[in-house]
Amino acid sequence: MEAIVFYIFSALTLVAALVILFSKNLIYAAFSLFVAFLGVAALYVLAGADFLGVSQIMIYVGGILVLLIFGIMLTQKGEKSDDSSRHNRVEVLMSRGIWGTLIGAGLFVFLVKIILSSDFKLAGEVNSSKSTIKTIGVELMTSHLLPFEIAAILLLVALVGAAYLALNRNPAS
Amino acid sequence: MTSIPIQYYLIVAAALFCIGLAVAITKRHFIGMLLGIELMLNAVNINLVAFSRHDPEKLSGQLFALFVIVVAAAEVTVALAIVLRVYSRFKTVDPDKVSELKK
Repeated sequence: MEAIVFYIFSALTLVAALVILFSKNLIYAAFSLFVAFLGVAALYVLAGADFLGVSQIMIYVGGILVLLIFGIMLTQKGEKSDDSSRHNRVEVLMSRGIWGTLIGAGLFVFLVKIILSSDFKLAGEVNSSKSTIKTIGVELMTSHLLPFEIAAILLLVALVGAAYLALNRNPAS
Repeated sequence: MTSIPIQYYLIVAAALFCIGLAVAITKRHFIGMLLGIELMLNAVNINLVAFSRHDPEKLSGQLFALFVIVVAAAEVTVALAIVLRVYSRFKTVDPDKVSELKK
């Protein structure tokens, strides 16, 4: 049962990722990324990481994806035309397509070879059925306190920096 | 209760990483490249979470994945601000056409 659900969600994620790779329209690619993120969140939940699955949905789907779609809409091509599929079209050069396919497929074969030949000696029990939220909270406040504070400062700096960079310095244009 | 072997998670993550790499190489659009980078970060997070299953006491992998998500959010905001500046300066989102330093 668990294996069937795992296969379904991994197939969903990979198909959505392939749609991103082959779609010519960037808006379709962004919505397909939405499906891929949801599939990855389901894989987190299957691996026992319930808190991480929820934060994946909230941060990626609710935050990052909305930002990306805003970015796509604000950087449309200048010339107007009646063909509605034209504005977000991404041309793919032949040489780039070949190189991308070659490097991606080559790296995949390499990684699968390594994974299948590896032999992990994993200690610890596999399935803890209890929720991970308490452990994550305690660990964040004790042994991972310094990275937690650094992440807070990083987010503040990114917020101020992004607001400063995106400021319109020339009101006439 | 049977559980899924860790190799399955690793293979799915490897496939997702390679697709993300191919997206980042082939798309001639700044935001298309960002989409590929997000896919690669997600693939890495799947690996971290899969190994964290065997560490239920400390959950180091899940904590690391949480920090990766935070850094990805910061990265996307700054990258989008830069893309908007580049677009208003050069009127293009093609990375091959922003080559003023080459001339």
